[in-house]
Amino acid sequence: MTKALPANLEQIEVNLKKLTNQRTRSSLLGIAILILIFFGGTLVSLEANAGSFGRGIANFFNYPRDLFVDTFEMGWKYWPRVIKYIPELIITLNIALFSTSIGFVLAVIFAIFSSRNLIRNKRVIQFTKFFMDVTRSFPTLIIAMVFLYLMGKSSLPAVIAITIHTAGALGKLFTEAIENCDGKPIEGLSSVGATWTQKIRFSVLPQVLPLFLSYGILRLEINVRESTILGFVGAGGIGEMLAALIQWNYGADVLACMFLLVGTIIALDYLSAYWRHKLIGANQ
Amino acid sequence: MSSSLAIQRENIRKLFPDTFKQARKSRLRGQIIFFLVLVYLIVGFFTLDVVDIPKKWKPQNAAMFVLDTYAHKDHVTMKWENHEDIKIAFEGNYRSVYGRDNLDKSIPDWFYKNSDNVGNVVEFNNKGKAILYKDKVEIVNFPKYERDFTIKLNSNGKPYLVGSEDLVIEDLKGFRITENRVEFRPTLYERIQVYPKKVEIHRYSIGWKYFWFDFSSPLEPYTFFEALGLTFSKERVVPEMSNLKLFLTEIKDNEAFMHGRVWWAMLETIVMAVLGTMFATVMALPLSFLAAYNVTPIKTLRFMLRRLFDTLRGIDFLIWSLIFLRAFGPGPFTGIFAIGFTDTGTLGKLYSEAIENTEKKQQEGVQSTGASKFLQHRFGIIPQILPIFVSQSLYYLESNTRGAVIIGAMGAGGIGLQFLGALATGNDFENVAYMAILVLAVVIFMDRLSAWLRRILIGSDQLIVR
Repeated sequence: MTKALPANLEQIEVNLKKLTNQRTRSSLLGIAILILIFFGGTLVSLEANAGSFGRGIANFFNYPRDLFVDTFEMGWKYWPRVIKYIPELIITLNIALFSTSIGFVLAVIFAIFSSRNLIRNKRVIQFTKFFMDVTRSFPTLIIAMVFLYLMGKSSLPAVIAITIHTAGALGKLFTEAIENCDGKPIEGLSSVGATWTQKIRFSVLPQVLPLFLSYGILRLEINVRESTILGFVGAGGIGEMLAALIQWNYGADVLACMFLLVGTIIALDYLSAYWRHKLIGANQ
Repeated sequence: MSSSLAIQRENIRKLFPDTFKQARKSRLRGQIIFFLVLVYLIVGFFTLDVVDIPKKWKPQNAAMFVLDTYAHKDHVTMKWENHEDIKIAFEGNYRSVYGRDNLDKSIPDWFYKNSDNVGNVVEFNNKGKAILYKDKVEIVNFPKYERDFTIKLNSNGKPYLVGSEDLVIEDLKGFRITENRVEFRPTLYERIQVYPKKVEIHRYSIGWKYFWFDFSSPLEPYTFFEALGLTFSKERVVPEMSNLKLFLTEIKDNEAFMHGRVWWAMLETIVMAVLGTMFATVMALPLSFLAAYNVTPIKTLRFMLRRLFDTLRGIDFLIWSLIFLRAFGPGPFTGIFAIGFTDTGTLGKLYSEAIENTEKKQQEGVQSTGASKFLQHRFGIIPQILPIFVSQSLYYLESNTRGAVIIGAMGAGGIGLQFLGALATGNDFENVAYMAILVLAVVIFMDRLSAWLRRILIGSDQLIVR
């Protein structure tokens, strides 16, 4: 017994050393790969960038300074300007809210048809999951650009693009929520002979609805940003206004739009955090 | 039986009146919310002009767009003044004309002399034929058409369909006749147009032609795999360079699909996403420690850092990229910094929350050995949060790839700008489709890559929040 212990200890020490060496080696390898990516990426950027890096850094504050100088020159006349752009902001918000709502409904339908605990047919699940993967992976901008080309300038392409993307993105999260929900209520309802729709209505929905709404609110926040960006390429709203103002070089108005946007996004950020906290509690 | 059930139900209702009242109340609230959402949807429906979709949707445009994404066409043009000078060009491009001697490009086999040795035949894929004569165009052998047609020029030099006054409407389907033009388009794949000055025929075929080697490439006669096989052969296709070099440069400089430029643009976009995420991670790591209450005792510093994160995040990457676009000009630096600044805010917030949620006991354990503050954090906190850090950063890598495409389209370059350019030309829709597929593939690849890295680094491919 007393003889065996040191041998064991020695063995442990050897193993420990081996493990530590292995860890160090893989850490170093990881760091080396990261450094390689960093330098490779920097080389590509230096090659592809139009302006030089140094001049860019030097110029960084020029544009914001110009904007603020323009704004201060206006004095108190500035505030009516800000208010003038609120209708544009409302268009952007409307696009986001409407497409989030429609996308939410579509996502719920997709999620039901891709959850393993609700659907038995594997083909249906695979197809729906693949479909959601594709709709989720397309940047909204690409869908919106194609529809803008086909339908002419209006807000509709943005609505279509955001709806498609939202359906895919939320659908994936909803599927996970449904698949992770407690199976016992479903069993209980099966035991009293509930139909498939009744099972979903009375056992799945009450469990997942708070989570769904929480994801939906988070998505709404993201979609407000998205719809601004789509406005920038011609889908209307404050994004389009901002693009035009930048081209005309109206510094004060650009800053007004930016203030409105940042204010909205920060407000939404807090609001969504508050709502989600209320919906699913602090610890989730 | 049923009456006794009803009595029982009543009894239960009397026993627990509060429970039932509450249920009704919450149900009512749900109904009101549902009603409000419905009202909003109707309002949105009209304010966003969703009703106009059928009006704005031009099926002809959409069909042409979709057709061009998967098919290509050859143009055959004959001027009436010199009917033997017939030009056959791929996609109507003056730089890709068949049969032009200096290019050594033979006439395709669907264009030949008619059996009467006078007319020239353009044979479509569905075996229908357009026969070009000195003074007329004959349309023969089209499936689903029982008769043949002849288009001639009248004494005023305007085209007309011979005998059209004897035909009923059903015979004329596929024709569009105006004063200066007679057009015959039985399906999307065949189109014959006769003008006072010329005849123009579009012949569509399915597939992306010249995907690997363009029209004027010396490797064009070979398929991709034949050309690949040639790279191992010693006999040079062109004397100037080796076959391998020729193979690569010909693919890179393909004029139709511009593989070199597209892939370089894709690389730029990926670099934006990867370096932007790296930048954000490196910035957010130390800042998040300074913003966590269990590491930093100074309240003012924490408060200021929190507001900094909020501001960075609140100024959306759209606005960041506008500012950086002015500073750096178009190029990856704009994207890198726009993504980096926005995500410093996002990751900083997430990281600092993760640090605040760590288990205290491990840190206390390290403290009990008399370790310094730095060592306490190194061995008490970092092992706990490292998986969360890695998981979050990798998750953002994937969404940033999509973001980088968007920043590119707003002027920072990369695949986004190439995409806009191809769409703006209005006829290179096969390029549009190619780039869309490429973007889709890269985004899915990044998604899988980050899931795979999460799995081998932290043993789970799900996103860990805290």
